[in-house]
Amino acid sequence: MVEGPLLEVRDVWKAFGGVQAVAGVSLRLPRGEVRALIGPNGAGKTTLLNLLTGQLACDGGVVLFKGDRISGLPPERIWRRGISRTFQITATFASLTVLENVQVAILSHQGRSRDLLSRTGRLAREAALDFLKRVGLQDQAEKMCATLSFGDLKRLELAIALANEPELLVLDEPTAGMAPQERLDLMALAVQIVRDRAVTVLFTEHDMDVVFAAAERIMVMHQGRVIAEGTPQSVREDPQVQAIYLGGLC
Amino acid sequence: MALFIVQLLTGLANAMFLFLVASGLSLIFGVTRIVNFAHGSFYMLAAYLASSLAAALPLGPASFYAAVVLAPLGVALLGGLIEVCLLRRIYRAPELYQVLLTFAVVLVIGDAVKFFWGTENRTGPSPPGLSGSVPILGQLFPTYDLAILLLGPLLALGLWWVLHRTRWGILIRAATSDREMVGALGVNQAWLFTGVFVLGTWLAGLAGALQMPRVALTTVMDSTVIVETFVVVVIGGMGSAFGALLGAVLIGVLQAFGILWLPREFQLAIIFILMAAVLILRPWGLLGRPETESGTAGEALRREVGGRLRPPRWVWAGILLALMVLPSLLPTFYVWVLVEILAFALFAGSLQLLVGTGGMLSFGHAAYFGLGAYGAALLMKQAALPMPVAFLLAPLVAAAAALFFGAFCVRLSGVYFAMLTLAFAQIAFAVVHQWYDFTGGDNGILGVWPAASLAAPVRYYYLALLAAVCGLSALWRVTGSPFGYTLRAARDHPRRCQAVGVNVRSHRLLAFGVAGFFAGLGGAVFAFAKGSVFPDYLSMPMSVQSLVMVLLGGIHALAGAPVGAAVYKLLDIVITKYTGYWQAVLGGILVFLVVAFPHGLVGFVQARWARMRASLG
Amino acid sequence: MRHPLPRPIRSGKLALASWPVFGGLVVAFLLVIPSGAGAQQPIRIGEVNSYTGIAAGFTLPYRQAVEMAVEEINAGGGLLGRRVEVLFRDDKGNPAEAITHAQELVFGEKVALLAGTFLSNVGLAVSDFARQNKVLFVAAEPLTEALTWSRGHRYAFRVRPNTHSQGRMLAERAAKLPYKRWAVIGPNYEYGRRAWETFWARLKELKPDVQLVGEHWPTLGKIEPGGYITALLSQQPQAVYVSLFGSDWIAFAREASKRGLFQKAFFVGILLGEPEYMEPLKLEAPEGMLVTGYPWYDIQAPAHKDFVAKFQKRADRTPVVGSLVGYLTFQSIFEAIRKAGSTDTEKMVAALEGLKVETPIGPISFRPFDHQSTMGAWVGTTKLDARRGGGIMVNWEYVPGEKVLPSEAEVRKMREAAQ
Repeated sequence: MVEGPLLEVRDVWKAFGGVQAVAGVSLRLPRGEVRALIGPNGAGKTTLLNLLTGQLACDGGVVLFKGDRISGLPPERIWRRGISRTFQITATFASLTVLENVQVAILSHQGRSRDLLSRTGRLAREAALDFLKRVGLQDQAEKMCATLSFGDLKRLELAIALANEPELLVLDEPTAGMAPQERLDLMALAVQIVRDRAVTVLFTEHDMDVVFAAAERIMVMHQGRVIAEGTPQSVREDPQVQAIYLGGLC
Repeated sequence: MALFIVQLLTGLANAMFLFLVASGLSLIFGVTRIVNFAHGSFYMLAAYLASSLAAALPLGPASFYAAVVLAPLGVALLGGLIEVCLLRRIYRAPELYQVLLTFAVVLVIGDAVKFFWGTENRTGPSPPGLSGSVPILGQLFPTYDLAILLLGPLLALGLWWVLHRTRWGILIRAATSDREMVGALGVNQAWLFTGVFVLGTWLAGLAGALQMPRVALTTVMDSTVIVETFVVVVIGGMGSAFGALLGAVLIGVLQAFGILWLPREFQLAIIFILMAAVLILRPWGLLGRPETESGTAGEALRREVGGRLRPPRWVWAGILLALMVLPSLLPTFYVWVLVEILAFALFAGSLQLLVGTGGMLSFGHAAYFGLGAYGAALLMKQAALPMPVAFLLAPLVAAAAALFFGAFCVRLSGVYFAMLTLAFAQIAFAVVHQWYDFTGGDNGILGVWPAASLAAPVRYYYLALLAAVCGLSALWRVTGSPFGYTLRAARDHPRRCQAVGVNVRSHRLLAFGVAGFFAGLGGAVFAFAKGSVFPDYLSMPMSVQSLVMVLLGGIHALAGAPVGAAVYKLLDIVITKYTGYWQAVLGGILVFLVVAFPHGLVGFVQARWARMRASLG
Repeated sequence: MRHPLPRPIRSGKLALASWPVFGGLVVAFLLVIPSGAGAQQPIRIGEVNSYTGIAAGFTLPYRQAVEMAVEEINAGGGLLGRRVEVLFRDDKGNPAEAITHAQELVFGEKVALLAGTFLSNVGLAVSDFARQNKVLFVAAEPLTEALTWSRGHRYAFRVRPNTHSQGRMLAERAAKLPYKRWAVIGPNYEYGRRAWETFWARLKELKPDVQLVGEHWPTLGKIEPGGYITALLSQQPQAVYVSLFGSDWIAFAREASKRGLFQKAFFVGILLGEPEYMEPLKLEAPEGMLVTGYPWYDIQAPAHKDFVAKFQKRADRTPVVGSLVGYLTFQSIFEAIRKAGSTDTEKMVAALEGLKVETPIGPISFRPFDHQSTMGAWVGTTKLDARRGGGIMVNWEYVPGEKVLPSEAEVRKMREAAQ
């Protein structure tokens, strides 16, 4: 028996006012693949990700995860199915410590968010420290999240996103705003973590060095449509892609 | 038909006044994000000022019109002064402290009016040349109201012109939709804020001055107008001057025709029912724009200074011991004061869970305090339950109401959330006020005294202490539980929180229910301490009071609520004892506290503590 | 490792910085705790009233008359050889605040009795407190009948004629008028409704063919008069009964005269002849209304003329009905203490029951079975007096309480029904 794709998107549409942000996108993402989604600003990448993880509702089309329809579900239900994500503008819980940020996510995964009576302090602490260790933040565990450096926040968000042991990880510009070397390091870290656990990854990214270093396959969006998909090599050579990027791709 | 048209014109004339006041409030909110409680005070001040000017100016019949022009200018100047001297100092503090400051200004202006003009009802002069009436379809219609009907649209047009055709107006509109962007444009934000505040205050003042020949000048004009103004602004959409116009026309006309067709029981609540309906169907008002998600809580949090102060057990033990011993040392009256403080500590503590931990600003928390009190009274009087049973069940009544109302509120955020809580509180108020057969109406329920075995002040005090200690530790426990942390996470970043599998709405609803429960417990303590319950317990001043207590203590400080409750109550009692001008003194102290401790008293202590720790390494 | 950051602090001392902040407040708090009693303390009377809030427009001239009464008694050597001291407290128009003050006055200041209140619900709340704590309460101005009847009790007395008495007086006169089609407008709370119900019940008794064509209950303090006036005009009543309060009445009257309502219907107004209601309207006060009020300018009794002169000198203003009630209330209290020969609550209660007091408006007495005083009210019609620059009452008569108050049997029935 051949296993179907982990994620399948069929002809998804989304418009804002008169602007067609996503215009009939379809894709199939096999389990274990690390795929990049690239395209110029305004191509509809972030909108597409928001459609996949429920932040936005599709105007039309279907999103299937492990063969089950997930389009139409709210974000929290999609997360519970095993899809986790990070945001383009770093999203962490500013008034909590680094450790507590991860604890909140783990406790949610354990179904204990509505526990009114336990003390949070020791709950899921070891597991949370373990996630922090994986992203290299164990020394910062007790810091207030608001005092972290930008790069560390990105790592923290990655740790939070891993808390439910996701099968699919969606990363929206995971390295945006970082120094070039830092970017490569972070992406390398992310790829290493996901490889260890066979997590499937879909990420958008502007930095082509990061894309080509991390992605197994690349999808290119332009004006709401997917215009190319393939191995890094084939995408790099695609004339349409080159035209869009005004030859600045290589 | 004649009736219909005259009634319509009447409603529209009233709407013009509402529009003037509301457009000012809306502009100020749109740009500065300040919910300006003092807006009604400027309206009142202008009315008084205009009536005195009209009498004092030596211009004959022109004095009236000169006064109508001058008084709003004077008030606008005062508004500008207050903005520059007070508000500007605390734009960086959590936004709620600006609310507290405007509330303090309400108190001070209220007493200033009392001081200069006395408390007796006054009437302003009639407008020379416009004091008569003209027949319209066989009915007399005041000429002055006709003039207002002409002036209103002209002012609306003028406002449109300013907002759309001048650089300054365009900046105002830009700032309303995106504050950061205006900062980036290199505009002097401080003066833009001041300018808008002056313009908004001028509009309120103009409405007040123009009302002078129509209404009685009273010392409660401020609170009367501000509530209605909130309703208008919210229905229209905060920040939208034309929403204010639409809201004002809707309310004015609805009230005029409500007189003809609505049963009496509904008249008290009708505008709040309309507001609730609008907010449920259109969560940002008719012409409003959705608030940006992380706008309210996140901003304030990044500026939050202190860490979390957890005093060691012996401190708690000491405080508890002191509270156990105190009643035997104090005169009976102060035992009752302590009981009242304990009731308010629960009330404020529960609100702190919502506002501080949950980031949900409530302007209607008194509803649950009051329903707890009514629950206790009704269970005892109508259901004939023994007092201790009524006492224990009362919080459940409050919690049930909180879950019901909360289910609608949690779909909203920010100021709209606050306004919907206010609407529900006012509706609950109207119900207990009007349901004479069941709740005793405005005469309340009397004879709600504790059982004989608990009636002695000291004994009742221990019951109250037990309730407060259990209630507050439960609230703190909840704050430190996974639920509480998740609630904070939802406040810090709702989208992120959703994206870690939390149903933010239902999570907030649960918090609303918990807060309602403990507010209700406070209400039950209060009811038996006072021996009676009244609709006032659910009223807006009561909600504002609890908010002041929370802010005074510090919204993000756990111990803030009880400290705020104690400080506020003691100040209130001490000041009322020594001066008739308690409002001004209390207001002055609040201004001082807000400017000196912009993070609340306990917040201040925490910040100091954190800094001390930091310097010690 | 330790972080130099504001992390949760699990041990340590309370920040020293907190003490200056709270210390001052604690000291201020301790300072106001009263010291113990000494010898020959003055007789202290606690007075709770709405000096701010919705009723603020009424209470200052009341207070001035009370102060005058106290100054007089002290000038004459006080009571029982002791000075009299009145402690005024502002309930802000809020019953719960009133209870707080009652507690403070009774338990903290150890006052001999409580007096005052203006609003009905505040009066009832303080009365209930008095019942629970067995303290004497002499209510001055609240108008609700419940205070002495359905919710009356051993420790509550009231001076001013209630809604029942005043409504009845008006009904007696109104029944002689030819009007059959009636409408009513009053504030949407107990006072407004009861003031109408007693009037209407009595009017129907006397004149069974009257007919109600419209009723309007605007929210207290928030009337938008224009709409109500149009509605009233459309219902074409021959007469309109008004129980509007304070500022609502002023706004209504101004608008009603512009819209010609006063020319189209006869007006009957409870309390509207009182100076409190007439003075603010100046020459805009409507003429020809049947009202209860207080024509202090026309009352010729020497004792009353003396009272008016003294008050004008003391307060630098003319009296209002609140001034009279305040003066009478404290006269009665002084008389009761004198008769009781002590400030013991039970003795004062016994003294007040049936007590007869000589007042500027003649003798009044406190009925032993319901504790309502027999102070009456003046019924007359309004007229503008250009010389005085405002409205006055003419063709008035003083209706003493005895003429309109229910009998002992009726009171007992009302109290039983309330049980």
